[in-house]
Amino acid sequence: MTAPIPTSQTILVVGGGISGLTVALEAAECGKQVILVEKLPTLGGRTALLYRYFPKLCHPVCGLEINLRRLKGNRNVRVLTMAEVVSITGTRGDYTATLRISPRHVTAQCTACGDCAKAVSAEIPNPYNYGLNQMKAAYLPHAMAYPQRYVVDPSIVGTPDGEKARAACKVGAIDLDMKEEIIELKVGAVAWATGWQPYDAAKIQPYGYDRFANVVTSVEFERMCDPHGPTGGKILRPFDGEPATNIAFIQCAGSRDENHLRHCSRICCMASLKQTQYVREAYGEGGKSTIYYIDIRAIDRFEDFYRKVLQDPTVRFVKSKVARIAQDDKTGGLILHGVDTEGYHRYEAPHDLVVLAVGMEPSVKGADIPAEVIADSSGFLEGSSGGGIFGAGCASGALDVNRSVQQATATALRAIQVVNKAAAAEVAR
Amino acid sequence: MSDPNVSAVEQYRNNFLREVEENVDEGQWVKMCMQCGVCAGSCPLGEHWEHSPQKLFMMIRAGKREAVLSTNSMWMCTSCYNCVVRCPRQLPITQIMHGLAAYAHRLGLAPKMQPTRDFSIQFWENCTRTGRVNELRLTIGLYFRDGLVAGFKKGWSMRNVAFGLLKAKRLNPFELFKGHECKDRKGIQAMLKKANEIDARKKRPTT
Repeated sequence: MTAPIPTSQTILVVGGGISGLTVALEAAECGKQVILVEKLPTLGGRTALLYRYFPKLCHPVCGLEINLRRLKGNRNVRVLTMAEVVSITGTRGDYTATLRISPRHVTAQCTACGDCAKAVSAEIPNPYNYGLNQMKAAYLPHAMAYPQRYVVDPSIVGTPDGEKARAACKVGAIDLDMKEEIIELKVGAVAWATGWQPYDAAKIQPYGYDRFANVVTSVEFERMCDPHGPTGGKILRPFDGEPATNIAFIQCAGSRDENHLRHCSRICCMASLKQTQYVREAYGEGGKSTIYYIDIRAIDRFEDFYRKVLQDPTVRFVKSKVARIAQDDKTGGLILHGVDTEGYHRYEAPHDLVVLAVGMEPSVKGADIPAEVIADSSGFLEGSSGGGIFGAGCASGALDVNRSVQQATATALRAIQVVNKAAAAEVAR
Repeated sequence: MSDPNVSAVEQYRNNFLREVEENVDEGQWVKMCMQCGVCAGSCPLGEHWEHSPQKLFMMIRAGKREAVLSTNSMWMCTSCYNCVVRCPRQLPITQIMHGLAAYAHRLGLAPKMQPTRDFSIQFWENCTRTGRVNELRLTIGLYFRDGLVAGFKKGWSMRNVAFGLLKAKRLNPFELFKGHECKDRKGIQAMLKKANEIDARKKRPTT
């Protein structure tokens, strides 16, 4: 007979990206109480920063909107934005989570009219475009932001700009005296869904991401192709702002490399194949994409998409990991040096723009998670020794959106099992 | 079966990869290569190689024994270690190149007049004879490796350097006759003999 243990039947979901949203909604729609915690001011995570999904090339807005509708219609989920988990202690069925909530300086009265942004003159780098452009220090993260509530950046609190923002707000929603809060929660199970971040491309020294303007990462290129992005959807060379038509994609930039990320990031082959279609969309037959690869890992149903791109005369495939990139300092043009594996031909290939298909690493590595968890050698979460903390989505491994949602649904089921067991023990008592 | 080439092939039949794994220093890494090409593209002397390391690894796996062991490619390695630091699989490529060269040399398949090999042999014989390097004899040996005329031509072109060295007392012409020795020449040679025995025991294909 199980000894009765004190418990809480709430599920804590850490991270409000597509995986966290999925865990929260699946569990809530099963009637469980869920607290969804997000560090940033908005839900949506990196999914909201994609221009299109592979393989159907549909827009992420669609899938996110469905999930946000589910969220708005469900009373079982409580969303906390700008909140970070400081620590999780306790055991399966009985955890205590400590949260730090940063001040948004904007209350729920906000109507998202945007008057505060107009009044403010200070600008900060826009993290939702990977710092490629600037945004006002009073801002709505992006068009899909949830909650649709502005944020006042702490850098202008206590400055004349902050006062201007407050004065501009017609509904008095700006509260510059808001303070950081620490709260404690009792929960039964935890789904850790903190997602991924792009590998720091500057660490791949021979590719010169830190030295050459026209070397960009795949996530930056994604923003560049988005009409809501920093270039309004135009594919431009950062060096001189001219259109880039001859584009190289370098696969395994950081992934499958013992010196960087030892795992295969799984998404980058499909992401680059997808991005060649952005180039085609922008220039028709006039654009040129070249994919430099070790192997193309377009598995399962993605094979069809790969075959379609193989037929595209604007896309060329070179089986070779590029050895190094050199820059023509006058024009900003790039020369890729390497040897291809099909015939061992040495090449020096000129390109306008190089897109590094950077690998995925966990946003919070296993060792940095403030709870007792088990992680693999890349820092992806495998579970917890106590069995009540689960990795969901990209926190558990490199996954695309589709597989993240599948994995997150499975995680919801595991979390439900934990709280149900705890509930049964409570009833027995 | 006295010819080491015949006995080596006999043992491994068509499995050159296994032969390399068992006889070449660090040869067990060859199968780990994923053919990305970073070593070939990173080598500062890459374009002068007949076969890049990447290609050599593939040739080994394809069983191209003759072509691999008789090429001068691995002798081109200058041990800059660029390939080793960049290899995504962390293969000790430099060491494998030297291992392949040494193995080809042991089997007598290495290109005879390849300069790196020739220099290595001359240097080794020179320094093990007395326990000290006799620079004068080594230099003369290298000058005359391509024949008498070429040797004199090379010597003549370097005469100013030689006079400079003479004046600075960095070159002793009497070294040509006997040369200096280390204190315990016999001891060094006994040590080397023993080392060779151990080495041979380790590397000789076991039949």
